[in-house]
Amino acid sequence: MKLNLKINSETKVFDIDIRDTLIDVLRANGYTSVKHGCETGECGACTVIINGTAVNSCIYPAIKCEDAELITCEGLEKDGKLSILQEKFVEMGAIQCGYCTPGMLLSAHALLMRNPNPQLEDVKDALSGNYCRCTGYVKPVDAVMAAAKAMKGAK
Amino acid sequence: MSEVINEFKVNTEELRKKLTEVGKNKRKVDGDKIARGRAQYVDDIRIPVDKLYHAKILHSPHAHAIIKKIDSSKALLLEGVLGVFSHENVPRVPYTTAGQNYPEPSPYDTFMFDSKVRYAGDRVCAVLAETPEIAAHAIELIKVDYEMLPAILDMREAVGNKTVIHDERDSTGIFDKDKNIAAHVKAHMGDPEKGFKEADHVFENEYSVQYVQAAPVEPHIAVTYYDENDRLIMYCSTQVPFHSRRIVARVLGIPVQKIRVIKPRTGGSFGVKQEILVEDLCAMLTHLTKKAVKLEYTRKEEFNSSRTRHPQIITVKSGFKKDGTIVALSMKLLANTGAYGSHSLTVQCNTGSKALCLYNTPNVNFEATIVYTNLPVAGALRGYGGPQGYFALDSHFEECAKKLKMDSIELRRKNQVKVGEELSLTKALGEGREGFMQILRTCGMQECVDKVVKDLDYYNKKKEYDESNKKSHIKHGIGIALAMHGSGIPGVDMGAASIKINDDGSFNLLCGATDLGTGSDTILSQIAAEVLQTETSKIIIYSSDTDMTPFDVGAYASSTTFISGVAIAKAAAQCREQILKTAAHLLGEKLEDLYCENSAVHSKKSKKSLSYQDIALHTLYKEDQYQIIGTGSHITYDCPPPFSAQGCEVEVDTETGVIKLIKYSAAVDCGLAVNPVMAEGQIEGGVHMGLGYALCEEMKFDAKGVMTNASFLDYKLLSTLDMPEMKTHIVETFEPTGPFGAKSVSEIPVDCPAPAVANAVEHACGVRIYDLPITAEKLLNALTDKK
Ligand code: FES
Ligand code: FES
Repeated sequence: MKLNLKINSETKVFDIDIRDTLIDVLRANGYTSVKHGCETGECGACTVIINGTAVNSCIYPAIKCEDAELITCEGLEKDGKLSILQEKFVEMGAIQCGYCTPGMLLSAHALLMRNPNPQLEDVKDALSGNYCRCTGYVKPVDAVMAAAKAMKGAK
Repeated sequence: MSEVINEFKVNTEELRKKLTEVGKNKRKVDGDKIARGRAQYVDDIRIPVDKLYHAKILHSPHAHAIIKKIDSSKALLLEGVLGVFSHENVPRVPYTTAGQNYPEPSPYDTFMFDSKVRYAGDRVCAVLAETPEIAAHAIELIKVDYEMLPAILDMREAVGNKTVIHDERDSTGIFDKDKNIAAHVKAHMGDPEKGFKEADHVFENEYSVQYVQAAPVEPHIAVTYYDENDRLIMYCSTQVPFHSRRIVARVLGIPVQKIRVIKPRTGGSFGVKQEILVEDLCAMLTHLTKKAVKLEYTRKEEFNSSRTRHPQIITVKSGFKKDGTIVALSMKLLANTGAYGSHSLTVQCNTGSKALCLYNTPNVNFEATIVYTNLPVAGALRGYGGPQGYFALDSHFEECAKKLKMDSIELRRKNQVKVGEELSLTKALGEGREGFMQILRTCGMQECVDKVVKDLDYYNKKKEYDESNKKSHIKHGIGIALAMHGSGIPGVDMGAASIKINDDGSFNLLCGATDLGTGSDTILSQIAAEVLQTETSKIIIYSSDTDMTPFDVGAYASSTTFISGVAIAKAAAQCREQILKTAAHLLGEKLEDLYCENSAVHSKKSKKSLSYQDIALHTLYKEDQYQIIGTGSHITYDCPPPFSAQGCEVEVDTETGVIKLIKYSAAVDCGLAVNPVMAEGQIEGGVHMGLGYALCEEMKFDAKGVMTNASFLDYKLLSTLDMPEMKTHIVETFEPTGPFGAKSVSEIPVDCPAPAVANAVEHACGVRIYDLPITAEKLLNALTDKK
């Protein structure tokens, strides 16, 4: 069957099976930034944004995305330039192996979309479902805080 | 002890200031592509074959059993199934999954498939099918008849048990098969018995540590296929591409020449991807069927069937003079390697050589017995025996100080090994054989301690809490722990690299060193750029491809910066020499008058300059053409220890046992940090892993030895919400044996958190927990017992 949706501002039609999870559809269609670390909704590596909310795509039925608006990590940059959030992650050492990074970026992006002035606790809360074994979360949390500040300055 | 030969020395502040690439927070070379979601991990690679097949493994549900019969008839009838593979149709070759240097110090006690299973999670057979779903369905259709055997589920019951776990004839290198002892080691210095006799006080305690996982977010994965040249191509998420190639060649019975291992980006490793856990089977299936095959662990398999930190029971005994001088120290370990002996000898050797060298004791004794049980297999994991040893030692020292009525920091300082002294056990405890005696050349421990003491306001808070704790069931405590580690395996680890110049003055750096997510591609590029006096962004690094890059043992033992880094510096220096020679010829000047700076050669005399681009264009196109290219290899007998002091403040509710981490401070002397922000990241990540070890991470088993919490939901890892406020410090020293003064940084941070927390908890509520993890339940029970 066909699935119509908007992904990273592009209108797309995907061929799907009714049982497909969203992660499988996305990865099969080249959105390989969507990673998998558990496939049971516990690690956050597969996070994508659906209609403004960060969700674990490994337990999300693809079919529920009809007419939805999706953002994956591939869609965060603008005209080939890193977004402020992405830039802060690179610049501040928030990336080590990077396997959790797309998911973290999207959880943070969803937070900043709904709350441009997050407190430290808000950031920790937003990233609490993204498991990272490399960084100890110190630098990712700092990077999101710094991005929020920089984005305000950019406006 | 070897001479220090290292021309890439930074030993003064003056030289430190001159550095332009090293010691700076250069942008992670692969950071942008990761942030853009474009980095390619094994599962993201599109291989040039028409069809990729999928393998799945049937794991044993039983801890110990003989496989009587595997009935795969139904599975084979399923459409899309290519075959079922087991001991019945796959050649039997004893090997070790440890992924170590040749010859391996771990026993050859593992088989791709065997007619016996030795733990719940062991391999029984595998299915190859057209899709992962078909493979999974086929697995369900396979019926296995087992003859159950008694299982050994407690390491204390292993030695001399009637049940023998490795009763097969063809395994080799096991210390005592009949007694279930995988390995055994004994070492001493001086006369421990005499030392204890002469001591005024002798203290002894027993500690124990649990089964935990590395749990990288990317599970083990391999994709293998035969290319058009009939060569076996293996994409793996591995720390050891060259060892992987050698081991797979042996298990498959094909020449190394036939195999190419490529490591793309790796999604975290931490030691567990030193283990050859999926690529052997994946390659075998490709070899037998000539199909392209993917084999990836699920998270559940990662928990049940990968590798763990070695659980240990550790007895520490120490003898002190009245004034607090230590005169004898002894550590005895009983360690559990699980069903196979991967890293059994070397991890435990490291527990001794790392922990027992920190305090300068004339009389030291170390003994480790590593036993088989019918539980999951232990192996390499960040810290490599260190976290176990330091939990025991740092807890013990705190207790000794209390009994000696001394300040515990003062007691440690008094006895700590000092610059110029020998590290007592390094000669006796090498990589599974005799090692090399180390002399301490640099040590920033005092500064590390000072930082932590200041961050925590240690002395004031200690006093303050001693008072306030009397009044409330919410109590606060402060604890500190110290550790030293190593940098690479002396006399064993080798790294190599080559560097060539391109038309535009950029350079290709090819190295075997394996970036497993730590950022070594960036660090090594910085080192090359520093030697070449160019920008890090001018270095195009390509690492870890057994066909394309020089050899490297791989990323383990905190060796990459310290060992591979010098190989890269040597290759760059060769390149630089050729550049200078060409420039001398072109400028008609003497070599001595020329120097490199800012991607160009300059003359002190004529003040003329030639850019690297000019030089490259000349050598590649104009006259007596040749390729400017340098190579370098490095091995060393030095293993300088980094040092760390860490401390924390905790809040304990004595009515519930709940422990809250309030503040954490970590300081590490890693020599000169090549990239300080990345070094901090190593410290923070290591602390995170260590705090999980301290408080909540634990693999649990039922009465039959089956893991009961094989998911992230049930195996608790600390999240952003659990992490305390954290301060990280890098204390710089200039290590003469390391590249530009660097030592290692990636493992030492894991050594301290558990004892720091244990000490803080004890300070808060007066109860010492001797076995990790320190859960609320355990603490509450201990509090109740105390009352
Ligand atoms: S893969 Fe989706 S949450 Fe782990
Ligand atoms: S950077 Fe490796 S898991 Fe987060």
